[in-house]
Formats: sequence, structure tokens, C-alpha cells
Amino acid sequence: MTQNAKGVVRVLHEVGLHARPSVRLTQLAKSFSSRIEFGPSDEGPWTDVKSIVKVMKTKTPKDALLHFRAEGTDAQAAVSALIALVERDFETET
Amino acid sequence: MNANVGIVIVSHSPDVARGAADMVRQMVGDDVPLAWCGGAPGGGLGTNVEEILAAINRAWSDAGVAVLVDLGGAETNSEMAIELLPDSRQTRVVVCNAPIVEGAVMAATEASAGSSLEEVRRTAEELKPA
Repeated sequence: MTQNAKGVVRVLHEVGLHARPSVRLTQLAKSFSSRIEFGPSDEGPWTDVKSIVKVMKTKTPKDALLHFRAEGTDAQAAVSALIALVERDFETET
Repeated sequence: MNANVGIVIVSHSPDVARGAADMVRQMVGDDVPLAWCGGAPGGGLGTNVEEILAAINRAWSDAGVAVLVDLGGAETNSEMAIELLPDSRQTRVVVCNAPIVEGAVMAATEASAGSSLEEVRRTAEELKPA
């Protein structure tokens, strides 16, 4: 069943969404089938989290808010997992 | 057999090629077949067809191989190396029109998610200086 999910998280990583955090975010997003986007506010503009090039182009700085929205069969799990990744400073789960 | 598209980095400088490969490994991880080559046989700058061919074979994946190159000869020698592959493999190798370091990281990120060769190439080539 298609779900819609939303969530907000603050980027605390020292350099914001630079290369390595962006790669991690994109890789995790691609492990879900849902369409997932983020934006600086809950009105966008929206960026496809599965596009590494588009994610890096946002140049999201430290302390910025990431508003996620997802649509698909695993939307809720996707938003939860992405927020958890940002909260643990983009470290891979061990 | 790895199902992900492989990445080959071809630079005139072995240091550049090795460094770009290090960035891919550290940023993207080990889920992508990766090989690099660079430098002239006698030392110094250059690229050569045999080494590129060997690198493509080291990074081989049935999903295909995306090649990132720097300047001039790296591209033409890569195209020659592809022509030396068996017919069945030639159609599964592409040279990306992208900056070598950034393109390699972008391509590997896309490849690590199991994307097709065409998607990997498109992602590498999507990257343009702002």
C-alpha cells in the first residue's frame, strides 16, 4: 500500500551535506523503493534524494533543516532511516 | 560475481588515478568493482592501451564498466582498449564525458545502488561545474 511520510531533521555535521554525507544519504535513499525528496522548508523546493549530483548541488550547510517527504510502499521506513542517518552524523550503522 | 557496474579510472598520472580510486573507496565503499591505471611504461606521464585493457578486465562486471578519463590520450587509448575487448563485452563499456575525480565518485555512488550502466554514465555526466 502506498504511504506518504514526512519528517524534519537538522544537519549537525561540521561541513553540512558535503561529499561524503551526500554519498551516504543517497546510498541509503536508493535502498528504498519510495520516491524521496528533501527541501529546506516543508514547501520545498524539493530535491530527489536518490540523485547524488542534485543532493550535492543543494550545498546544504551545517545547521540547516532537512524536510523529507516520501511516497511509496516503504515511505515511512525510508524517512525514519534517513533522519536516523543524519542524526548519527552520517556514520554507517555498525 | 559482483552485480554492480564497475568503475575504471584512467589518468596520465598514476598518482591522480590512485588518488581518485582512494576517494571512491573511502567515500563510496567496497561494493563497486574498481580499477585504475596511469603513467607511461617507463615511468613519467602517459597512458597505454594494454594497461587500460587490463584495468577494464580487473573491474569487469556483467552489468558493465564505466571508464573515467582525464585528457586526450586517456580517452583515445581507452576507446582503443574497448575495441580490443571481445565483441560481447564491447557494448558494455562506456567512456564517461565527466571530470575524472568527481565523475568517478558520482559514478561509483550510482553504481553502488545497483543502477544500470546507462544510469551510471548519466549520473557522472550530469555533473557540470556550477
